[in-house]
Amino acid sequence: MTSTGDIAEGSTGFVVLDPTGERSLPIRERLPRPKTLEGLDLALLDISKARGDVFMDRLAELFGERGARIKRFSKPTFTKPAPADVRRQIAEECAAVVEALAD
Amino acid sequence: MSDSPPPLPSGLVAFVKRDCPTCETVAPVLGQLAEVGALTIYSQDDPGFPKGLAVEDDTELESSWRHGIDTVPTLLRVEAGKEKERAVGWDREAWERLAAAKDLGPGLPDFRPGCGSLSVDPQNALDLAVRFGSDSLKARRVRYAPLEDEMEAAFERGWTDGLPVVPPTERRVFAMLQGTSRAPDEVVAVVPPDLVECSVEKVAINAVMAGCRPEYLPVVLAAVEAACTERFNMHGLLATTMPAGPVIIVNGPIRRAIGMNSGGNVFGQGNRANATIGRALQLVVRNVGGGRPGEVDRAAFGNPGKLSFCFAEDEEGSPWGPLSEDLGAERGVSTVTLFPGEGPRIIVDQLSREPDSLARSYAANLRTLIHPKLVLGFDCVLAVGPEHARVFSQAGWTKEQLKDRLHELLMIPTEELVQGAGGIAEGVPVGVSAPALPKFRPGGILVVYCGGDAGLFSTMIGGWVTGEVGSQPTLREIRP
Repeated sequence: MTSTGDIAEGSTGFVVLDPTGERSLPIRERLPRPKTLEGLDLALLDISKARGDVFMDRLAELFGERGARIKRFSKPTFTKPAPADVRRQIAEECAAVVEALAD
Repeated sequence: MSDSPPPLPSGLVAFVKRDCPTCETVAPVLGQLAEVGALTIYSQDDPGFPKGLAVEDDTELESSWRHGIDTVPTLLRVEAGKEKERAVGWDREAWERLAAAKDLGPGLPDFRPGCGSLSVDPQNALDLAVRFGSDSLKARRVRYAPLEDEMEAAFERGWTDGLPVVPPTERRVFAMLQGTSRAPDEVVAVVPPDLVECSVEKVAINAVMAGCRPEYLPVVLAAVEAACTERFNMHGLLATTMPAGPVIIVNGPIRRAIGMNSGGNVFGQGNRANATIGRALQLVVRNVGGGRPGEVDRAAFGNPGKLSFCFAEDEEGSPWGPLSEDLGAERGVSTVTLFPGEGPRIIVDQLSREPDSLARSYAANLRTLIHPKLVLGFDCVLAVGPEHARVFSQAGWTKEQLKDRLHELLMIPTEELVQGAGGIAEGVPVGVSAPALPKFRPGGILVVYCGGDAGLFSTMIGGWVTGEVGSQPTLREIRP
């Protein structure tokens, strides 16, 4: 809880009143699913958990067979969100991302 | 949480607090009443007070808040859960009537005023309103994700004008709404371009985001009303490729009451009211109306005033009456005047000591607005600074005289204006038969007095297409 936010009981997150005409959903829409994997620049983001690389290697193989161009990324640590630079690079270079967890 | 207060027990209901000498005084009376009939006592600060009586703990103040208790002691008579009558403070006659009893409080004076209820204590009132009254705010609640930064979140949702906004929490919006007596759900205007009905609450939310204080809210409300009239035509002003935006000029007592700037740096930064009132209007247009640059806002250049362009007239310093009076308002009434304006441009004249010379300087500058060869399409605001105004007032010129002289000087020979004249293709069509054309329509020069007291300067603000197809200066009274 922050010093200025009004938090509803038993919940987390900062609550504000919607300043808009409320004609659209407040949550951001997801991008449409890619129609094909053929020629798609696809990011594989390893969150750096144990054996995540094994899982990622297999995914790369399978997506590669279906025509995707694979770019591999990883987080320095699974305990923290991906650094802004990594997110930006993925957004700039890739059309889709698979973030995978293994343990 | 619910709008309707919890039902009260039937019989007599008393609200008291220990920290109130009158409540101490009437404690024996409450003992008397408890003996003869149904009595429920709510204690605001000490469930052990009054001693020896059954007391409902209202230290959370919910019952006091929900039943609108301003003063303790307050005695209510309740039938079937509904309040029938209330007595405030100790008033023997009223208490005896409510209780249908006689000889209450022998030895006490007939009357003793009470103390303030803790539920209206300024330290508590806002918290209580948020805790128990948030249902009265109808806007959708948006919950940010736990890792979202509340400042960045507003940018990501497209709610800002490019500068950070104050997060509109329930608490802040409640506080903002204290600035007006208008109901939160009252519709203020239908806001273009999406033509969305905009409530007082929505204006308050955007005023919070803009950084307004509650006492500015009536000005923002009046500005939103004025902007969304057919006459002002906010939709057209937004959609135009021209750079103009709404300029808010404030007149009347509210200018001083809320600390607006009408002096040095009047169009510049540094004054909270000037900076945030205009911004709040623009945020309403953006967020409620959906008017965003690159979408319906098609301005090719825009101007920095589209962040906020709001100022007050220096009525106290002016040798003339206020602009609001020129537009039909009575003196002493607080108003906003909305003008569709571009950025301000300086008029320097440090040598004219005669009014006609200075008027000629003004005319030469005003002619260049929009284009020196285009006439009649646009109004203007002429902001006369103190040192220039002195030249006119010392010579006894009224504001009307100045405006008449400017219209005279701005009758421009048609041969100078026609397309091709001066080697410039732009201009009025060839074939206009009139020998001269006026730069501005009658009434198209608005004169205000403002600015710092050093500098022989004035300023002009060009307009946008005037008349019914465009936008006309629009006056609106500011209501509390």
